[in-house]
Amino acid sequence: MKVSNSLWAERLAGKIPEGLAREIDIFETEIALRKQGKIDERLFAETRLRRGVYGQRYDNGQRHNGKTVQQLGYPSGELTKGPNTMWDAPGMQRIKIPAGGLGAEQLETLADLAEEYSDGIGHVTTRQDFQLHYVHIEDTPSVMRRLAAAKITTREACGNSVRNVTACPYSGVCPDEKFDVTPYSRALSKFLLGHPDTQNFGRKFKHSFSGCSQHACGLASMHDMGMVAMTQLENGKEKRGFEVSVGGGLGAVPYQAKLFDPFVPPEELLPLAQAISRVFARLGEKKNRSRARIKFLVQDLGIEKFKELVLEERKILPHDSRWTEFIEDAEKFEETPLRPGGKAPLLGSESFQRWVKTNTRPQKQEGYTVVTIALPLGDITSNQLRSLADIARRFTKETIRSTVEQNIVLRWVSQSDLVELHKALEAAGLGDPGAGSIVDIAACPGTDTCKLGISSSRGLAAELRKRLGEKSFQLDDSVVKLHIKISGCFNSCGQHHVADLGFYGVSRKMSGYAVPHFQVVLGGEWEHNGASYGLPVIAIPSKNIPEVVSRLTDRYAANRQNGESFKDFVRRTGKVELKKMLEDLARPPADSSDRSFFQDWGDPREYTLADLGTGECAGEVVSSVEFDLAAAERELFEAQVAMEGGQIEQAGQTAYRSMLRAAKGLVKIESSNIADDPAQIVREFRARFYDTQKFFDPFAGGKFAHYLFSAHEKSGEPYTQDSTRYLIDEAQLFIDAAHSCYNRISAPAHA
Amino acid sequence: MQLQHVNVKLLVQNPEEARLEPLIPVFHSWIEAQNGDELLIDVADYTHVPAGPGVVLIGHEGNYSVDNTGNRLGVRYNRKAAFDGGNQDCLTQAARSALTACQRLEAEPRLGGKFRFNGQDIEIFINDRLVAPNNAATREAFDADFQLFSRKLFRGKEYSISYGEDPRGLFTAFVKAARPFSVAELLEALS
Repeated sequence: MKVSNSLWAERLAGKIPEGLAREIDIFETEIALRKQGKIDERLFAETRLRRGVYGQRYDNGQRHNGKTVQQLGYPSGELTKGPNTMWDAPGMQRIKIPAGGLGAEQLETLADLAEEYSDGIGHVTTRQDFQLHYVHIEDTPSVMRRLAAAKITTREACGNSVRNVTACPYSGVCPDEKFDVTPYSRALSKFLLGHPDTQNFGRKFKHSFSGCSQHACGLASMHDMGMVAMTQLENGKEKRGFEVSVGGGLGAVPYQAKLFDPFVPPEELLPLAQAISRVFARLGEKKNRSRARIKFLVQDLGIEKFKELVLEERKILPHDSRWTEFIEDAEKFEETPLRPGGKAPLLGSESFQRWVKTNTRPQKQEGYTVVTIALPLGDITSNQLRSLADIARRFTKETIRSTVEQNIVLRWVSQSDLVELHKALEAAGLGDPGAGSIVDIAACPGTDTCKLGISSSRGLAAELRKRLGEKSFQLDDSVVKLHIKISGCFNSCGQHHVADLGFYGVSRKMSGYAVPHFQVVLGGEWEHNGASYGLPVIAIPSKNIPEVVSRLTDRYAANRQNGESFKDFVRRTGKVELKKMLEDLARPPADSSDRSFFQDWGDPREYTLADLGTGECAGEVVSSVEFDLAAAERELFEAQVAMEGGQIEQAGQTAYRSMLRAAKGLVKIESSNIADDPAQIVREFRARFYDTQKFFDPFAGGKFAHYLFSAHEKSGEPYTQDSTRYLIDEAQLFIDAAHSCYNRISAPAHA
Repeated sequence: MQLQHVNVKLLVQNPEEARLEPLIPVFHSWIEAQNGDELLIDVADYTHVPAGPGVVLIGHEGNYSVDNTGNRLGVRYNRKAAFDGGNQDCLTQAARSALTACQRLEAEPRLGGKFRFNGQDIEIFINDRLVAPNNAATREAFDADFQLFSRKLFRGKEYSISYGEDPRGLFTAFVKAARPFSVAELLEALS
C-alpha cells in the first residue's frame, strides 16, 4: 500500500543482517508469487505466519453489522492470503522481543511503524511481544526491514514455530533471584531461531525463563519448556543451572509443566532444548491440531518416558560449538546505570506517593529502582513511545523491558531521580499509578481484532478499569493486590487461568438471542510462576461481570481470614457457595426491552456468533436441548464439587456423564429415539454432528468433539487427580461448544 | 517529489464538550451504510489512551478518526492508498475526505451538535518518512504546494503556514487562516 515500499530495501542496504535481509527478500518474492497465483494459499498462510503476519477479524470479507452479514468488497477481489482470508483485509504484525529487552532506538522504530503502517498504537502482548494491527500484507516487508535495521525480528513470531522466548523483566535486578537469566534466554532465542530442528512442529512452542521460583514474573510453569534459575555447590564453588520443566501450557485445557530435570547446567541448556525440539517434531501430533502441543505428548508418554527419549536424542546429537559459544557470548551481557545511585525522596505530591507505592520496586543494587509504566490494555501511542525513548536515555542506559502484564519497565533508575522521572512520565501520559494492581487488567485482543474472539475482552477490561479506577482509593488493600485477567475465548491468551479473577468469553442463548458471556474462573495463582490454575464457576452475561467483580471483592475483603490469599479464600468458601453468590446474575434481565444486555462492551451492534433474528425479546421458548445443556452444566458443576472434596473417581464419572448429556441433547434435535447408552450416544453424535461437521467450531474444527470421544474411550479406566482435572476442563469446553453448535443450527436464516 | 499518504486534520471547536464514546456507534453505522467511495471495515476504540488516536474508523483506502494526538482534538483523515494525480490532487482529495467527515459529524443527531469545526486550523501530515522526512529539504520541496493549496482552500484570504520541527515526527504543516471558515465553505472552495 505504501508508495515507498519498493525503496526501503535499497535505503537500508547494509544495515540489516545478511541472513535476515535474505529472509525478507524471499518473503517479498513469495508475496509477489501468491499474487500471481503461483503459491498455494495454505502454504502462503503458514509462510506469512512464520514471519509474524497474522490474520484479523473480518478478513474473510464478511462482517455482521448487528442485523445481517455484510460483504466487505476488498479491491483485490478473490485473491486470498490464506484459506478464507482476503488479500486486502487488514492484518496483525507480531514482533518478537526476546526477554522483553528494548532500547530507545527500537522504541522509536516501533513508534514510526505504528504511525505509518498501523493505527498509531503499539500493543504489548502477554508474552512480551509487540503487535501492530490493521497492517496491509504488502506493507509487511517494509515493516520487517525497518525492524531488522533496529535489530528486531518478526521471524517465527506466529505459526508452528519457537515463539518469543520470554524472561522475568526484573532479571538481574531482583533481590530474590538466584542469578540473571537474561543472557541465557537470549542465547536460547538466538540458537533456536530458524534452527532446522524447530521447523517441523505440529504446533507452536513457547519457552520461558524465571530467576526465582517464588514470584510470577517468568510464568515458567505454564510454558512448553520453562527454566527456573537454580544454584548448587560443586567442589565448594557455586554452580549455576536451571530447573527445567516441560509440557506446561494454558490454551483450552491448562496443563502444569512437569519437572524434567532439577538442575541443568548452562552448557547443557541449548543441546537439551534441541533434543526436546527433535522429539517434539518427531513424535508430536501433526494432524489433530487440538492435540498437537507438547503438553499432550508429555501427558500421553508420561514424563519418564518422554525424558528417556529426549536423553537418547541428546546422546546422538552431533556436537555444535554454538552450544557453548552462544552461552559464553551471552554471559558477557551486562547492564549498568547511567547515573549514580541515590536515596528515595521522603516527600512528594500525593500522586507521586501513590505512583511510588504501586509502580516502583527496589533493585538488589542499592540506590536503584525498577519503575513500571502501566499501559492501559497494553496500548501505547507513537508519541508516547518516542517520549519513553527520551526518558530512557535521560535517566538510564536504555534498560527497558516489556512485561507479560502488558506493561513496560525501566530498570536502573537512580532513586534520587524518581521525582523528575515521574514528572516526565506524567507529561507523556505514562505516569498513572496502579501497576500490578487490580486496575492493571491484562486482556487479549478478543473480539476487537482477533478472529477467534467470542466476547469483548478489551471492552470488559476497559470498563472494569474505569470502574475500579474510580473507587481505587476506597478499595481494601487486599483487594488492590488482586489480579484480573481476561481472554476473549477459551484459548487463554489473556492468561485467565492464573488470575485471582479470570474471565474467558463464551456465548449463551437467552430469550432466543445469543448473549455475550464470560466464564468466571476463580482462584488461579499468579505467584510461584503461575503455580496453579483456577476452575470455572459459572458463565455470566458480559454486562453483569462488573457486578461479579464487585460482589467477589467485597466478600473477600469482608470475610478474609488471617491474611489468606484470594486462592485460599476461594477454596475455603467453596464453589457451591460462590456459585450461589453469582447465579442470579446469570439470568436474563427482568426488563426484556433492555437491549444493552444483547450487546458487548464497547460495541453497539447486537451481539451474534452468526446471523441473528431481529424480533423482539419477548416470548421465551425453551427447547429440550436447552434443558439438556443446562443439565449437563449442572452435572459438570457437581463433578467440580466432587473434585474439590477429593472424590476423584466420582468427579471423573460425573464429568464424563455431563458430556454425554450435552451430546445426547444435540442428538435429540434429529432423533428423539435415543437411549441412555453411552456407546449409542457417542455413535449417534459422531454420525450426526461430527462426520457432518455440524458440531465444528469455525476455527477450532472438531477439536471439542474429540474431548468426548477420548473421554468415552477412557471411561473404563480409573480416574487420577490429573486426568480428572483435565477431563473437567474438557467437559466445560465441550458443553460450551454444544451451546455454540445449538446457537448456530437454531438461529433463523437470513436472506 | 510526489506527495502521498496525506493526512488532513481539522480541529474540533470546543474540545472540552466533545465526548469520544458516542462516536463508536456513529462510525459503526457508517460501515453499515458504506455510502462513500471508500471501503470502511472496522472501528478501533483507543479512548483509554491519553492524547492518542481516539476512535478510529478503519478503512481500506484511508482511516478516519477523531484524534487527540498532541491533545489537539480533531477529525483526521489518514490516506493509506496511493492517490492518482499530482500534489494538488492529493492534498485536495485528502482534505475533501476530512471535510466530508466533519460535515457528517456536525449533522449527526446522536452527537447532539457537540462536534463543530472552526475551519481555521488545519494540520497536514505526510505519513511516510521516506517520501517526506521532516527536514528542511522536504519543506523546501513542498512549500509551494502547500501555499497553492492553502490559497485555494481559503479563497485567497490571509493565512499562515508553519511546519513541525521534531525531526522524528511526521512532516507536518500547520495552516491557520486569519478567520474561521465553515466546513461547507471549505468544501465548496475545493470543488
